[in-house]
Amino acid sequence: MLSSGLTLIFSMMGVLNFAHASFYMLGAYCGYQISQWLGFWPGLVLAPLSVGVCGAAVERYGLRALHTRGPVAELLFTFGLSFVIVELVQMLWGRPPVPYRLPPELDGSLFTVYTVEFPRARGFVMLVAGLILGALALMLRYSRIGMIIQAALSHSKTVETLGHDVPRIHMLVFGGGAALAGLAGAVGGALTVTEPNMGAQIGAILFVVVVVGGMGSLAGAFFASLAIGELDAFAKVIDRSPADLAAALGAPIDPANPLYGLWSLTLSQAAPVLPFLLLVVVLLVRPRGLLGKREDR
Amino acid sequence: MSAAKPVHWLPWMLGALLFVLVPVIFSQGFIRLLFAECAIMIVFALSYNLLLGVSGMLSFGHAVYSGFGAYATIHALNWIGRTHMAVPVTLLPLVGGFGGLLAGIVLGFVSTRRSGTAFAMITLGLGELVGACWLMFPKFFGGEGGISGNRTVGAPLFGVPGWNLGSDLQIDYVVGAWCFASIVGIRGLLATPLGRIANAVRDNPERAEFVGYSARQVRWLMLMASSFFAGISGALAALNFEIVSAENVGALRSGEVLLATFIGGIGYFHGPILGAVVFVFFAVALSQWTQAWQLYLGLFFVVLVLRAPGGLAALLEHAGVLLGDVSALRRRARVLGAKAAAALIALCGFILLVEMTYYRTLEATGGSIVRVFWTDIDTGHAGAWALGCLLLTAGVLTFAWLRRQELAAWEPASTSVSVGDAR
Repeated sequence: MLSSGLTLIFSMMGVLNFAHASFYMLGAYCGYQISQWLGFWPGLVLAPLSVGVCGAAVERYGLRALHTRGPVAELLFTFGLSFVIVELVQMLWGRPPVPYRLPPELDGSLFTVYTVEFPRARGFVMLVAGLILGALALMLRYSRIGMIIQAALSHSKTVETLGHDVPRIHMLVFGGGAALAGLAGAVGGALTVTEPNMGAQIGAILFVVVVVGGMGSLAGAFFASLAIGELDAFAKVIDRSPADLAAALGAPIDPANPLYGLWSLTLSQAAPVLPFLLLVVVLLVRPRGLLGKREDR
Repeated sequence: MSAAKPVHWLPWMLGALLFVLVPVIFSQGFIRLLFAECAIMIVFALSYNLLLGVSGMLSFGHAVYSGFGAYATIHALNWIGRTHMAVPVTLLPLVGGFGGLLAGIVLGFVSTRRSGTAFAMITLGLGELVGACWLMFPKFFGGEGGISGNRTVGAPLFGVPGWNLGSDLQIDYVVGAWCFASIVGIRGLLATPLGRIANAVRDNPERAEFVGYSARQVRWLMLMASSFFAGISGALAALNFEIVSAENVGALRSGEVLLATFIGGIGYFHGPILGAVVFVFFAVALSQWTQAWQLYLGLFFVVLVLRAPGGLAALLEHAGVLLGDVSALRRRARVLGAKAAAALIALCGFILLVEMTYYRTLEATGGSIVRVFWTDIDTGHAGAWALGCLLLTAGVLTFAWLRRQELAAWEPASTSVSVGDAR
């Protein structure tokens, strides 16, 4: 759920952004720092705001100058930036994880399905993610601001002719995206572990989700993130390998076979690779992604 | 256009001389430590630039090819050790090269279908794919500890007893020789029609297709060539360190080569060589003095992307043009000097602040004294922080002011330098 929220923002911005996962991490650390001073709930509001300001500043003083030089320069810039942000965070907060926790109100279980307890914290995260996503989708699709933003991303010249300040819209969109990544970080960091390479862990999956779902498609990204989450969860549970399957079918594979290592690989062992395999397959079979629009080559 | 160009022998002779002399002159110590690593990184960065600079393909998974080369080499090495084959280990980088080439043929078939950002994403995905594989195939990748080997096995080179890579000097020479051969090879490749067509595909794929070349095939061929040389660099690393682990194929290594190549300058043949040397300086030398070397490296890279996309090689060419033009130099000497001074002041302040912060965060148990710029500074003292802030703000403000003053004077000099051709 969390990563689907991240993905939506990511694909909405239209720029491939390596630093996005870094903003997520930055959000977690800001949330931690503010929760130390003011408590968790103010942190949940202030952390996204501060990350958003950072994002807007990055756009204003970095990306804007690069916009004319094309996507590769932007990609390189955000790539370098992700290095710098990780190092800055390590400089300020150190390398080990920081003790950032959800407030005690969210401990305990919300309800029980059969014997499985559903933690209150997860419910809260889903609530936040759902609210933000819903609001975002509504705003983008139906409000005037959303229209202008979408138009500015796809037909920037025309929108500029109509009298809107397109660079400023880009800055605000980037800042808003960073703020939402920061919010996801402030929640996600508290739910899991807040450490310097939490961004790198989520970043790779993020790429897969966006590409599989189709660049620039909100719904595609949503379905792709659900699909990949399910794929991952199922693969981790199934502790079987092709060799087991062959044995069940009555044709066991000899352990002396040189490829036995490959055949005896269980699905749960292969789980970390599956998303990337899916990515490659999608790129081969359907390069524009599940729901992506055709892009000009 | 390229046929009539005379070959400049002088830089090549000097380069060869450097490769011969450096290991002997600096028989121990710091430079020696850097030599082999520099040579390995040079080959790696040059092979990377075959993609990025020459063919316009931004790859985030280049370590896959060098990693495959490294694993192929270490497995071959261990195989020689087991079977006592009379094969000189010196020739093993060829095995690494073909290992990389194999990976390039297979993965390149997938990735070179697209170009631009799509290509970048596919390589990123493939890089992560292979990087995630190491847990699944512990036999091949060696699990957590990696695979180690012994480079002194096999037949001695030319049958001379003792020439079996036992000493550091010998491995330095072998690595240096392979590095030089690779430089010559890559330079030669760029002079072939394939190298020129790769330029054309980078600049205008549609036109290249109209002339009759398949842009995809050209990209694929270039990726194969690049992965071959990357494999050689991986093999050299395997021979030098005698251990190969999952780090050699990981995303971090791919990022490193991107940084090194871009810092040097992707538009010039000598750019990646320069970048590799600077990168190794950052990674090996600077990391002994400061914890924050990655921060400095990252910032350096970001500033270069923003302000000097041609990299260090372009900056050097700029400086060369400026030095050759005495009147322009005289006009701009004062402004340039003032700008350099302002930047230096800001840099000092920044480094001071960074070092103090790092020290407080990471090594707070050792007291509050940190050594910066050969002086002891008390991080518990507010004055030190104020000094750092003051230097930084003053430097940045002065620099911004000078820049505004100077923008008008900048135009003639910057337009007189054309962007370098990737040759």
